[in-house]
Amino acid sequence: MRVELTVNGRRRRADDVWEGESLLFLLRERLGLPGSKNACEQGECGSCTVYLDDVPVCACLVAAGQAQDREVRTVEGLADGDALDPVQAAFVEAGAVQCGFCTPGLVVATHDLLDRVPRPSDPEIREALAGNLCRCTGYEKILDAVRLAAATRANGRR
Amino acid sequence: MDFLRPATLAEALSIKAQRPEAVPIAGGTDVMVELNFDHRRPAALLDLTRIAELREWEAVDGSVRLGANVPYARVIDELGDRLPGLAMASRTVGSPQIRNRGTVGGNLGAASPAGDTHPVLLAAGATVEAASARGTRLIPATEFYLGVKRNALAPDELITAVHVPATGAPQQFAKVGTRNAMVIAVCSFALALHPARQRVGAAVGSAAPTPRRASAAEDFLSGELTATGRWDSPEPLPDPVVRRFGELVAEAASPIDDVRGSAAYRKHALSVLARRALGWAWRDYSGKVA
Ligand SMILES: Cc1cc2nc3c(=O)[nH]c(=O)nc-3n(C[C@H](O)[C@H](O)[C@H](O)COP(=O)(O)OP(=O)(O)OC[C@H]3O[C@@H](n4cnc5c(N)ncnc54)[C@H](O)[C@@H]3O)c2cc1C
Ligand code: FES
Ligand code: FES
Repeated sequence: MRVELTVNGRRRRADDVWEGESLLFLLRERLGLPGSKNACEQGECGSCTVYLDDVPVCACLVAAGQAQDREVRTVEGLADGDALDPVQAAFVEAGAVQCGFCTPGLVVATHDLLDRVPRPSDPEIREALAGNLCRCTGYEKILDAVRLAAATRANGRR
Repeated sequence: MDFLRPATLAEALSIKAQRPEAVPIAGGTDVMVELNFDHRRPAALLDLTRIAELREWEAVDGSVRLGANVPYARVIDELGDRLPGLAMASRTVGSPQIRNRGTVGGNLGAASPAGDTHPVLLAAGATVEAASARGTRLIPATEFYLGVKRNALAPDELITAVHVPATGAPQQFAKVGTRNAMVIAVCSFALALHPARQRVGAAVGSAAPTPRRASAAEDFLSGELTATGRWDSPEPLPDPVVRRFGELVAEAASPIDDVRGSAAYRKHALSVLARRALGWAWRDYSGKVA
């Protein structure tokens, strides 16, 4: 089947999409957007997190056909050209990236958290990121990155 | 495989009548896992996410009619005051990403013995609204769960809504899991007070082939509360009553040993959850009546 949707502000089309295919597969393999990572395909790791109509979801659990005419925003769509989003910059600065596999999902989940709760408490951060697994960092640096991103945004250094 | 995307409920029901083998997909948090792992290759997927009427809820006659496709995140945000038990259970489902997509209708469709909303719906006395091209019927939650992942839907039926009494009285949900987020319940328990009827609703999850009510525990506690006039003057509950309630809840379960816990552990944990939930609910109730 054909699926047409808006991805990172651009109208995109994919042909020969298998009816049981996930949005994650469509993004990575058909639209050439490898930012969202495929690790578990069962909603457990959050590395495939994208916005679907402004709501963070696991792209591996959305059927590609369900995204027809919807808006998707991936980690690739967060930066403004070469200027990183404050969340991305904070992950780099805080050293919250090791192998980087979990990072895109965490960046999208954090981006959403800070849009809803500009100055989250530690329990709020942990709750918001509970669906994102990292096998490398031990999470402390990730928490640092979220706090840093919140502070940067609050200071208006967008 | 076909991918069918009806825009209205009427259209969906007519498709389901012609193609009963089509698998409905709402949030996809159960269906997509099965597809990704090739556990299922349905002839057709019936996408319900375009149907606006399934995504709404309304208050009618002391109940909330909750559209099948309202995601957990909205139950938490919008219904915490009217349906506290369902909101509590929704908060324990998966992760934010799962709660943004997963729905009560999907939980009912999957009918897993471990589904978190089931004990709540049983304790609250909820009714499942099912529709087909033949018409609409209401199925009491107590008659909905038929076996492991089996429910009372006919092949041509869709769940359109669930009707949950909004009593304004305290409700509780408690679940045992190996960590705070992202776990399937080892066992779970829901309690709902129904002061207007002088009844208590109590049900267990993940502790039998289906979610089930703890009827003997309900009868015992309702009887005690009525006989001692406690609905009107909610004095603290005597320890032996609370203890007996916990025992009867545990007896309602027929759990199995599996990787998540032994049957004996589940029974013990249920009696503890029941005592705690009752303590919390009764304290709330005493505060409300006083
Ligand atoms: C990582 C992860 C964690 C999870 N954690 C929990 C948890 O903590 N607690 C819990 O209870 N569940 C949990 N689940 C399971 C799942 O999220 C829930 O069962 C959810 O409610 C399913 O809703 P859905 O809309 O995504 O359903 P879908 O996957 O779209 O559908 C589920 C089933 O219901 C059928 N169906 C859907 N809508 C209808 C309808 N309107 N009429 C008839 N049939 C219908 C489908 O055909 C399918 O059989 C988890 C899942 C994942 C992937
Ligand atoms: S790949 Fe989607 S949650 Fe793991
Ligand atoms: S940095 Fe390697 S998984 Fe998180």
